[in-house]
Amino acid sequence: MDLYKNAAHELHEKLVKKEISSVELTISIYNRIDQVEDSVKAYLTLDKENALEQAAKVDKIIASGEKIAPLAGIPGAIKDNISTKGLRTTCSSKMLENFTPIYDAHVIQKLRADETIFIGKTNMDEFAMGSTTETSYFQTTHNPWNLERVPGGSSGGSAAAVVAGEAIWSLGSDTGGSIRQPASFTGCVGIKPTYGRVSRYGCVAFASSLDQIGPITRDVTDAATVLNTICGVCTMDSTSLHEEVPDFTKALTNDVKGLRIGVPKEYYAAGLDPKVDGVLKKALADYEAMGAKIVDVSLPHTEYAVITYYIIAPAEASANLARFDGVRYGYRDMKATSAPEMTTASRTEGFGAEVKRRIMLGTYVLSSGYYDAYYLKAMQVRTLIRQDFAKAFEQCDVLLTPTSPVVAYPIDGKMDPLAIYLLDVCTIPVNLAGLPGISIPAGFVDGMPVGMQLIGKVLDEETILRAAYAFEQSHDYHKVMAPLGGK
Amino acid sequence: MKNYITVVGLEVHAELKTKSKAFCSCSTSFGSEPNTHVCPVCLGMPGALPVLNKQVVEFAIRTGLAVNCEIQRFNKFDRKNYFYPDLSKNYQISQFDKPICLGGHIDIHVGKEPKRIGITRIHMEEDAGKLVHSGSTIKTSDSSAVDYNRAGVPLIEIVSEPDMRSAAEARAYLEKLKAILEYIDVCDCKMQEGSIRCDANISVMSEDATEFGTRAEIKNLNSFRALERAIDYEVERQIELIEDGGHVVQETRTWDDAQGMTFSMRSKEEAHDYRYFPEPDLVPVEIDDTWIERVKSELPELPAARQVRLMSEKGLQAYDAENIVATKAMAQYFDDAAKHTDDAKGLANWLLGDVSAYLNNENIEIDKFPVTPAHLGELVTLIKKGVLSSKLAKKVFVEMVKDDKAPKDLVKDLGLEQVSDSNELQKMVDETLAENPQSIADFKAGKDRAVGFLVGQIMKKSRGKANPAMINEMLLKKLKE
Repeated sequence: MDLYKNAAHELHEKLVKKEISSVELTISIYNRIDQVEDSVKAYLTLDKENALEQAAKVDKIIASGEKIAPLAGIPGAIKDNISTKGLRTTCSSKMLENFTPIYDAHVIQKLRADETIFIGKTNMDEFAMGSTTETSYFQTTHNPWNLERVPGGSSGGSAAAVVAGEAIWSLGSDTGGSIRQPASFTGCVGIKPTYGRVSRYGCVAFASSLDQIGPITRDVTDAATVLNTICGVCTMDSTSLHEEVPDFTKALTNDVKGLRIGVPKEYYAAGLDPKVDGVLKKALADYEAMGAKIVDVSLPHTEYAVITYYIIAPAEASANLARFDGVRYGYRDMKATSAPEMTTASRTEGFGAEVKRRIMLGTYVLSSGYYDAYYLKAMQVRTLIRQDFAKAFEQCDVLLTPTSPVVAYPIDGKMDPLAIYLLDVCTIPVNLAGLPGISIPAGFVDGMPVGMQLIGKVLDEETILRAAYAFEQSHDYHKVMAPLGGK
Repeated sequence: MKNYITVVGLEVHAELKTKSKAFCSCSTSFGSEPNTHVCPVCLGMPGALPVLNKQVVEFAIRTGLAVNCEIQRFNKFDRKNYFYPDLSKNYQISQFDKPICLGGHIDIHVGKEPKRIGITRIHMEEDAGKLVHSGSTIKTSDSSAVDYNRAGVPLIEIVSEPDMRSAAEARAYLEKLKAILEYIDVCDCKMQEGSIRCDANISVMSEDATEFGTRAEIKNLNSFRALERAIDYEVERQIELIEDGGHVVQETRTWDDAQGMTFSMRSKEEAHDYRYFPEPDLVPVEIDDTWIERVKSELPELPAARQVRLMSEKGLQAYDAENIVATKAMAQYFDDAAKHTDDAKGLANWLLGDVSAYLNNENIEIDKFPVTPAHLGELVTLIKKGVLSSKLAKKVFVEMVKDDKAPKDLVKDLGLEQVSDSNELQKMVDETLAENPQSIADFKAGKDRAVGFLVGQIMKKSRGKANPAMINEMLLKKLKE
């Protein structure tokens, strides 16, 4: 039985009905990993022994007749920038190649409490800086739809693992699109919750005011299920929102009648692949057929979003990554003869090119004399972008946009960093505004998946989940398994 | 040589005595085994986040109100970026452009004239850890170890206006500030443990100049004495420079207490660019009127008020009262001891005289003084009642600091009760006069000094126990017969 092909909510039913055991399920995932991991390269660390032990524990709980949580006994994968006590957490960096955290991230604590199973830690762009996993110090992950293409990033390993059947669900983190873009490139579901919905405690910080952990799953129901587990107030994160968390699965009503879907013209502009545009236009028509109303809206400051992001995110990163100095943990240059020299050498050798580029960018924009022109200005534009969304949401309930203007491109490392930065134009504004956004499969272009993004109001994950679920149920893109072949 | 005016402003860092650190729940206690009060947050572990300890804000408000500042309603934190191994995140969470307190003052007395020293601002921040070098400095050491117990301990930085015009004024300001911080119970104020630390901005200007001179910032001033010496040294250095046709450069200098000199650490050009920006991991703190009013209503008596009380209630002179209230512990000791004597003035003299001398000599604070307030008060009462002469009282005091017994018991143990029995005294007077006919003759010849000699002889005979006033009276009576 190919258990790896099932969604979490299907497997939960089977576990509860005792049709399968968690150990059986977990073994089937590791068997799948044995089969495909060499060509996908989604994982950096596997934790088979603990996973099987945990699975046996869940089987005992089920046998005792106790009720289990929806994710109990179901194998998931964790992006390698989320702190797991006792399990190596590298951020795909040489800097943390041998780093084992002493504490669990808040989301990990919650998942452990629900008796879920951690298969391992997934590959990513180094410190989540990148859109392809190519900046990983260790390996590049391959897109299960076409192994010669990138899976997207930075949560490329988490997305590829789910799509290749190497995990049932996974966690990613999203600072400028790092959950949604790989979900789009690999044909799965990825949601970036409202900023503050999910605790950042234990998510190795890239850009503190933008980072958010979220699920990557096969379908919308699983996304809602994982979200149910990881959302909630956290006393260890000052930016955690003190808001009640609804049962997100209740939002999956399959009903979009009267839903006002906004189409921001700035997201359908030059640079959008015409074939991707075609897929989205078709999706809009489908929604209309289901009873939704399509509304044209404008987000006039969209063109400034990428540059604003590339000031704020590197600025915060330049401080967040300062702690990697070789003093307390992580890579240390042993040739240096003084403390300052040791720190400089450790950072020079421990960080990759993209990370260094962003640290330099951030250091520059915060420097005395430049702060007002760059950082302060960027913060002001960020406010304008936020206001754009607030205005648009007076006319509609959700926004429908491409997740990425293009489908997954070839792994060749030849793309200019700036060209890659600009491709994040559809996802970045959502982080800047702190809004929830989901990417779900909308169709295919030349055999590669196309994602569509639904953006919601602050704390209104329910509406985007409802819209996403309705679309998913009237199509079967999420049921097509990736071929794991070349082109 | 022209006349120069000294201009000093102080930046004082005070460690707040909150139970837990500023942004995590680790203990702030001093002197524990290295790296025992640490957690992912204060160690700067990847992914750890700060959460503000509200008590820090409370203490900062209390301090601001005690030094007459305006408390700012909107508060945010900023990151101050610099690399140093004792700074676990390599940025310090601090307040940059929106400090919690603005525009206060402290009144000091140097000489007779009171003077008001302005306070520019007070802001909240976190302390760094501590480096333990194998050698004397980081540059000359083979290795350095880091203790992060102090990392994240809350600090307030109190920045004064450049209002002080001498080392004495700077000292008086720091003493007064220290007293206030002690009184309001926000800081241990142990300079030797580093719970209060001081940097001085020092410049000189010629008498006829209209603008301040270029300042040097002097660091590493760990005692009142270091502060005074450093100012005196620095003023002399700067005047000499100017007189020799040079000019003072803006720079950071460090005070070397052993050599009694300041040395350049870094020039203005080498100064850090701290790249401040708002701390995204913390949310702004709004302080409302209710909060401020509550803290105001809970403020304890401050040194200035206590001084006035000691003057009006106890009849102390301004100078004595000011010195008594200079530390909370001394003022408390005075109040406790005063319950055991009516002679407040006498008590003040003892505290500022023999007791202070003893404390200086032993290098301890009043809280470690072995004599209980009750016993010191009783000692003063014994003197007042004439049971002990001042001279004998000093003998008793010497015993009291060794063994804190009630003074009246010690007087008995030592056999030091003053002899005021007139029969006994008369006997001594008669004996002494019989032994010293020459003195009687001298007195009759108009030499009054002879009386003093005779009193001395009687005191000697009584081993100091005779009541001097009574002897004096009896002698004169007898001599004039």
